[in-house]
Amino acid sequence: MSQSYNRGLVEDFGRWKEFSAGMWAWIFHKFTGWILIGYLFTHISVLSTSLGAAGNEAAIMNEADIYTTTLQGLESLFLIRLLEIGLLAVAVFHILNGLRLLMVDLGVGLEAQDKSFYASLVLTGAITVASVPTFLTGVGL
Amino acid sequence: MSTQQAEPDTQEAPEDPAMKGAESPAAEKQKGGDMVDERDESQAEFDGETVHIKVFRYDPEVAEKQEPRFDDFHVPFEKGMTVLDSVMYARDEYDSSLTFRHSCRQAVCGSDAFFVNGKQRLGCKTQISDLEQPIRIEPLPHQEVVKDLVVDMDHFYDQMHAVEPYFKSEDTPDASKLEEQRQSRENREKVKMSTRCIWCASCMSSCNIAAGDNEYLGPAAINKAYKFAMDDREEEDIKEHRLRILEQEHGVWRCQTQFSCTEVCPKDIPLTEHIQELKREAVKKNLKFW
Repeated sequence: MSQSYNRGLVEDFGRWKEFSAGMWAWIFHKFTGWILIGYLFTHISVLSTSLGAAGNEAAIMNEADIYTTTLQGLESLFLIRLLEIGLLAVAVFHILNGLRLLMVDLGVGLEAQDKSFYASLVLTGAITVASVPTFLTGVGL
Repeated sequence: MSTQQAEPDTQEAPEDPAMKGAESPAAEKQKGGDMVDERDESQAEFDGETVHIKVFRYDPEVAEKQEPRFDDFHVPFEKGMTVLDSVMYARDEYDSSLTFRHSCRQAVCGSDAFFVNGKQRLGCKTQISDLEQPIRIEPLPHQEVVKDLVVDMDHFYDQMHAVEPYFKSEDTPDASKLEEQRQSRENREKVKMSTRCIWCASCMSSCNIAAGDNEYLGPAAINKAYKFAMDDREEEDIKEHRLRILEQEHGVWRCQTQFSCTEVCPKDIPLTEHIQELKREAVKKNLKFW
């Protein structure tokens, strides 16, 4: 044996088609986790820069304060509405899969871990679809 | 090299089954007098179904094989044929340089774990009829390839030995009395599945975490540790010592419950379950309420 051959990382994500349920659950969980962290920081930056009218009762009553106008401006964008639906989907999946992982950590129902992953996917889909009317009312394209 | 029949022509069995006889006249001649009969026989076999396998080839010592490639073989199908049978046929009939480990052929020795159609499987336990063709047969991922389907297992064995995989009880019975150290039925039942491990390294190869963290003990070693940590006959402080090994940075906590190992284990050991149980044991050991 003079040398050996290292195939590098090709067996990892290059073979995504062959991943099983548990692997997909792990990938989605990481992915949604990172999105939620990203959202958290955007959320903080939007809110903290929109607080200019704090204390100005009159402006708030007239809905003319920075906070209200910022949010109204954002909510009038179709893209933002779509992103909200996406955010809901991401958060719901992360919560449901988090519960699944909690059960896994407690050693409950490990033999059904693939089914619980599919269940959390289906539930996420259902909740997301059901939320569409709520998120898309009163917005023009 | 020339004696190994490794020229590109003879490595590939022909697509057309009828051409088999014409394909390797040299080999046929070597067989001598009863050549005609054998030829008829193999002809008859080839009139039936054939199996198309694509086998990973690599050999740093042979010029043509230094660049890894796949070789196609068409082997006659037989009822009950396994992946190991097909590569053995390819080696015996087409290319004697085709290299792979195998021994018992009944899923006990654990030497013929391959990466078959994108999944770690035991060659001798995988039915050809369960697979989609062409069947891709590769060496186990995440282990360096030594030659063809043979991978370097040293790292895997190191990890297995790292968990001190042997029974050690402080009060061994008096040898003169020839007493046995009996295990209760319940306790035996608890560790039963973990004892099934055949050290084939399928789990280690399937583990995404083990691939990224070379020091991670891996599912097989943790399972091995589980067998002893859960054994009632060992004293409490020995169990604690075992948990100390397992709860280290590259121990049980590396597991991110992807279930890949449990998915591929040819002996159906609930590896993730065992790892999770050891995680809980490790937490319980460290929790103190005062």
